Formats: sequence, C-alpha cells, structure tokens
Amino acid sequence: MTSAPYLVVIGGSAGGLQPVLTLLPGLSTSLKVAVVIVLHRQSHHASVLTDLLATRTGLTVKEAEEKELIQAGTIYIAPADYHLLIESDRTFSLDDSEKVNFSRPSIDVTFSSAAYAYKSKVSALLLSGANADGVEGLIDIHQAGGTTVVQDPLTADVDYMPREAVRQAKIDLILQPEEMARFINTIAGV
Amino acid sequence: MSRNLINEQEVALLLNDVLEKYGYDFTDYAPASINRRVNHLYQLDRFVSFAEFRYRIISDPAYAHRFVEEITVNVTEMFRDPSFYQALRMEVLPVLATYPFIRVWHAGCSTGEEVYSFAILLKEAKLLHKAIIYATDLNTSVLEKGRRGMFRLSQMQQYSRNYMEAGGTEDFSSYYTANYEYAKFREELGEKIIFSPHNLVTDSSFNEFQLIICRNVLIYFNKELQDRVLTLFSDSLEQLGYLALGSKETLNFTKVARKFKQLEGREKIWRKIQL
Repeated sequence: MTSAPYLVVIGGSAGGLQPVLTLLPGLSTSLKVAVVIVLHRQSHHASVLTDLLATRTGLTVKEAEEKELIQAGTIYIAPADYHLLIESDRTFSLDDSEKVNFSRPSIDVTFSSAAYAYKSKVSALLLSGANADGVEGLIDIHQAGGTTVVQDPLTADVDYMPREAVRQAKIDLILQPEEMARFINTIAGV
Repeated sequence: MSRNLINEQEVALLLNDVLEKYGYDFTDYAPASINRRVNHLYQLDRFVSFAEFRYRIISDPAYAHRFVEEITVNVTEMFRDPSFYQALRMEVLPVLATYPFIRVWHAGCSTGEEVYSFAILLKEAKLLHKAIIYATDLNTSVLEKGRRGMFRLSQMQQYSRNYMEAGGTEDFSSYYTANYEYAKFREELGEKIIFSPHNLVTDSSFNEFQLIICRNVLIYFNKELQDRVLTLFSDSLEQLGYLALGSKETLNFTKVARKFKQLEGREKIWRKIQL
C-alpha cells in the first residue's frame, strides 16, 4: 500500500455541509489525491454523516481511523469529538484533548498538522461557518507552500468564516461550491 | 496558537532530555499530537527561543513536572460514551458478579471521572463491596484530584444526562453533595479505589485482573508502543478477563489480536480467550 502523494483538506462549520454535498458528485472516480473533511457538528454517531456523504460519490467515504494510512481516491471524515491530525508518515492520529475554538474536531488542528506533514503538497478549502476555526490553519498551509482556497463568502450560508480567512490569511483562490470539484480534479491531474 | 515554532526534531530532543533526566518516556508517542502540545506550551509560557525552553526543562525539575503534565492529555468526563457504560452494566458486570473478589485496573485514569462512574455501576449492581479498582496514571497531580473525588458542579447536568443514557435509574445527585463550585462524591465510592502512579511505558504488571479499562490513552502512542502496552494488558488479565478501550481504539491488527474476541455489538470491549 502506498500513501496519497497529495492531500486536500476541507473544513466547514455552520452551512458547511451544503457545499460538501455539492462538490462530492463532481469528483472524479480516478482521483489521485486523498480528501479529508472536517465538519463541526453536534457529537453524535459519526456514521450518520459518513453515510450521507457516501450517497453523493462513487469514491470510498469513511471515517478516518487512527494509524490508518492515507490513500488516494478516498474521502476521510473526521470523527465526532476527536481532533484529527496528519502524521509525517502519512497516517492519521486522533486526539481527544481540549476543544480548540470551541470545537472538536478543530479545523485548525487538522489544517496545521497537514501543513507540517505534507508541506506544499496540500490544498485547504475553508467553507461556510460562524467562527474563525480554520483561519490559523490556512495561514500555516500558506506558509508551508500549500494552496489556500475559501468558499466565496457571497455563496456561504454563514460568511464569517470565509471572510475572516480572506481578511487574515493569504488566499490563493475564492471558489463557488460548483467550481470546487473541478478544482480538486485538476490537482489530481485528471 | 497553531504555529509550529518548534519542529519535530527539536521536540524529539526535548523528549530525550525528559527521558534521560527525569525518566518519563514520551519518545514513542505519536508525533503530531505531542508536537502540537509542546508547541502550545512553548507559546503559553512565552519562551522566546528553543534553547531557553530546553534549558528550563533540563535545569528546573518543577518546570519539567509542568511540562510532563501539560503535554499529556487529561480531558475526561463521567460516563463518557454512555452506550459503553451500558454495555459494561449489561454484559460485563453479570460475569464479574460470579467471582468472589473483583479486581479492576483503570489505566490512564486521569482525574478519575470515569473511575467513579464505574464505581457507581458496581455499587448499583451490588458488587462494590467485593471489588477493588486500581486507578493509575503517570501524572501524580491528576491522581491527587481523583483521590479527592471532587468534580466541577457545572458539569453535573451533563454527567447526569450521560448517566441516564447509560441506563442509570437512580437520582444521580444522590451520589454527591454539592458545595459552591464542586460536587463531592460519596466516600463509599472512593473507598474501593486505589489511586496510584503507574507509567504504562516504563512500569510492568502489578497484579492479575478480571477487567482492564484503558480509554483514549493508546491513541497517543505509536504502533510499537501500542503493541507493547497491549501485551502488558494481556499479561495482566486472567483467562476470560475483559479489556475495554476508547471508542476509536481497536485490537484489530495488533500483536495480541488473536488472544481476544470482541463482544457482540459496537462497543470496544474484548474478552481474553487464550492465555
């Protein structure tokens, strides 16, 4: 088994589910990257979200498990009530430490660890949300040479999160939800 | 607070210092999480350089103690994952009840919320009188909190909900007396708990148990250390004893997997079927 050479990390909070549901059907089934999705939500059985997202794509959608090797063509969902971290050996770690930005999973935690582990080989998309979790992570992604993307605030249910990202971080691209799948497919070289 | 000011190699140096000077071994912890916590502490305590941080840890034992406490995770709650406690109550306790004397090891117990939760289960099953729970952690400060049996009053609403979801039928508030900020749990619950320091990385087995509970500890270890600690647990369990892990932890693909069989259902409880 080989690990994914490139990672796409997606974070969203209030209103963040809709753009994910919009982008999933457009993803190429021969995707060469791994996709990691961190959505804030009430902690209940994570499988509900995983099952919902799985209905929108032919790609494998699964909850990220600790020590699991990150593989291309797979969509990983951060489990409820744990932080999801990316290790340098391209596996996942879970962490049940204190909430960050009132959130667990925290988007910042996943983005920052992805920046450290994957350096320039990562694109981060920050979606709709009512707090600024993910903004620091975007700054880290940018500093490590990765690509930073936010949902067009005009299309976001709650535009605080993408607006804060634009205000504080260096953003490479602002995309409509309808454009996101094509962006990810293009990274994959499809 | 997310900047990685100290890189993985520098963190490795610090962990080596702490091991050589103080005997605490974090070198086989999963790097991403420990890096995050070391960096968090570095910023929290406003160090201006790695060299200063390192010098302080080496030369100031009190600060080294703080370092150890801060880089380990001590987040816990009572009846965490209620369905897990439901399963202990329904499936494990009836079997434990058949033993004349029940020995339980709660490893990595932190401040003890889950230990008191389990003591409540034993009490309700009328087994507490013939049980002893060894509650261990490497961090002596959290053990002291556990010994006091006092938890924040503001959490009790949540804990009471968890308790009921876990199948509790008593009035949860009957288990503690409230004063100002804290809920003090009944003495009889604590009487059967022995809080004691034990380091899973460096210390060996100290008894044989019918149940070992170790939740959300293994996720912080690398694969090799996980295997080592699971072997320690396996060696510390009686035949047909139970091993209970955190909701995202598993015995699958580990060295001891073949010795255990998971209980039916989705809970992370295994039974030792082979010595």
